Amino acid sequence: MTTNSRKSPALSVKGLVKTFEVSAPWLNRVIERKSRQFVHAVNDIDFTVPAGGCLSIVGESGCGKSTVARLITGLHRPSAGEIRFAPGQKGATLSAQMIFQDPYASLNPRWRVKNIIAEPLRELKLRDTAEAIMARVEELLLTVGLSASDGEKFPHEFSGGQRQRISIARALASEPEFLVCDEPTSALDVSVQAQVLNLMRRLQDELGLTYLFISHDMSVVRHMSDRIAVMYLGRIVEEGDTEELFARPRHPYTQLLLQTIPDINAPKRDRELAGGEVPSPLKLPSGCPFHPRCPMATARCSVDVPEVRMLTNGTRVACHLVEDEAAGSDVVASYASAARRS
Amino acid sequence: MLEAAAQAVVDVRNLKVEFPGRHGTVTALSDISLSIRPGEILGVVGESGAGKSMTGLAIQGLLERPGRIAGGEVWLGQKRIDALDDREMERIRGREIGAIFQDPLTSLNPLFTVGAQLVETIRQHLPLGKAEARARAVQLLRDVGIPSPEERVNNYPHQFSGGMRQRVVIALALAASPKLIIADEPTTALDVSIQAQIISLLRRLCKEKQTAVMLVTHDMGVIAEAADRVAVLYAGRLIEIGPVEQVLHAPRHPYTKGLMASIPSLGARVEKLNQIDGSMPRLDAIPPGCAFNPRCAFAGPRCRRERPELVTIGDGANACWLNAGGTA
Repeated sequence: MTTNSRKSPALSVKGLVKTFEVSAPWLNRVIERKSRQFVHAVNDIDFTVPAGGCLSIVGESGCGKSTVARLITGLHRPSAGEIRFAPGQKGATLSAQMIFQDPYASLNPRWRVKNIIAEPLRELKLRDTAEAIMARVEELLLTVGLSASDGEKFPHEFSGGQRQRISIARALASEPEFLVCDEPTSALDVSVQAQVLNLMRRLQDELGLTYLFISHDMSVVRHMSDRIAVMYLGRIVEEGDTEELFARPRHPYTQLLLQTIPDINAPKRDRELAGGEVPSPLKLPSGCPFHPRCPMATARCSVDVPEVRMLTNGTRVACHLVEDEAAGSDVVASYASAARRS
Repeated sequence: MLEAAAQAVVDVRNLKVEFPGRHGTVTALSDISLSIRPGEILGVVGESGAGKSMTGLAIQGLLERPGRIAGGEVWLGQKRIDALDDREMERIRGREIGAIFQDPLTSLNPLFTVGAQLVETIRQHLPLGKAEARARAVQLLRDVGIPSPEERVNNYPHQFSGGMRQRVVIALALAASPKLIIADEPTTALDVSIQAQIISLLRRLCKEKQTAVMLVTHDMGVIAEAADRVAVLYAGRLIEIGPVEQVLHAPRHPYTKGLMASIPSLGARVEKLNQIDGSMPRLDAIPPGCAFNPRCAFAGPRCRRERPELVTIGDGANACWLNAGGTA
């Protein structure tokens, strides 16, 4: 928090929980004597996003990161906890918009691009006349690097990168100050991904946007964000400043993630691989959710859920090994000392 | 080059694939030449639509009609396979060429146990009895790192996780000990930590069994980890091929250079990513000359007029007038 404490948070989330019921129909439950089943998609998470900053949530599929995005934008109702947006530049509660992953599925193929972008303007009655709406649409198209004449075309006439520009224009139409981006570039090729990421950075500077960025790609996240939260099975296991997290990952899961991402500059062909897979969110492991895969797990890890602790450098970690030591030491050191003691 | 071609498992020479249509014929692949040696992994990269998957499908004789091989040759060892009929090709697929596809869920039949699917594939191609085939199935599952294979062989695909399922698909591809495996985006549907496991498995099996692997992917990280050599495709043409270190870190073609520079780095953070403006041309609207010339910062009049040939320089080869000794 040290670097961002000066900025007030644009969004603060406390104790956010989302469970989905996935039980069999009641008759089956009665006959087969099955109990109700719940997926704990998001399990008591806290975070804040500083105004004008970018917080990224990373994790593997099924860790709950997209559910968080949908909770923030109101597409899901939280089971518990609170989501609070700070007042925006204009005084009213800050408005949020979302950019979706798949630019092929998120644009209506039967609508002209100008109507896709004008929809939020018309729905929210942000402009009075048809001329004013079209003028705004043209302005938005130019902002995202398309030409005004592209408004007459249909989505199929555009490539994936251009479609994502259209999604961004639509998201910007209602002049939001907060954008939730759920894997905005993972459907794109690398050369196009660079175009879209550059556009998003430019818009952030020009319009003073705040981003909540959801991704599984660590290199994209590193490029975009000020802070990173690592999620595992519905919990935030580590959250910290981007540079700090990459330089000194504390949680064993963050270390595993950083070890396994392929890096073209440093191929790690003969590295050791942590085995194991993500457990089903239907049956969460007891204690720390990561303990079945954790190479440093102790008896305590399978019993107690580690609490999120704030370290002196502003990193928050949920791990018993970090907890044991004075704040500031790293996991490997605490692992070594734990081994000595036993 | 001749010597290398002689010992290559697969040798593709000047392959051309066309799709005739109502509005004229689209050339999907044009003049692709590459070869893979035993125990070597050749990475094939490019943007979507560049023809990477098409190359794999053409080698396996799996082009969807009306697509057809309109020119060139495909040699598997000493046998020319591009002009075989469907029945002969069926005997080659599975027996001599194994395939791994992107989505492990759709490449397995959900109604049969993985054991039944393995046994079927093994007995289709090898003269083994039921019990022997089953023993081989268990051994294959063990080879691909599935714990307690004796029990898992009786499980259905839905009882496996995504990573384990992809291991089963790899076991299926290896069932008849093929000489060549074509892996089309084998890790794209998997999470990073699982992806790393599958890449290292593929590398280990490839080296142990001396199988040639054609690894089709758009992920440069996967290429860096897995491939020995890399072929870069653009708009259906091979524009650069060479050893992995050279193509990734000292690329010679302007497109490859731009592509490598546009990848966000894990090492250092930059303010603005390098971007290649514009996008790949549609296959029915490839500009004359070099296909990359409208996006290329170095393009000269010759690039807009004549198509550059693939020129061998050192270990690699690339198709660019700047590198061909002439002027652009």
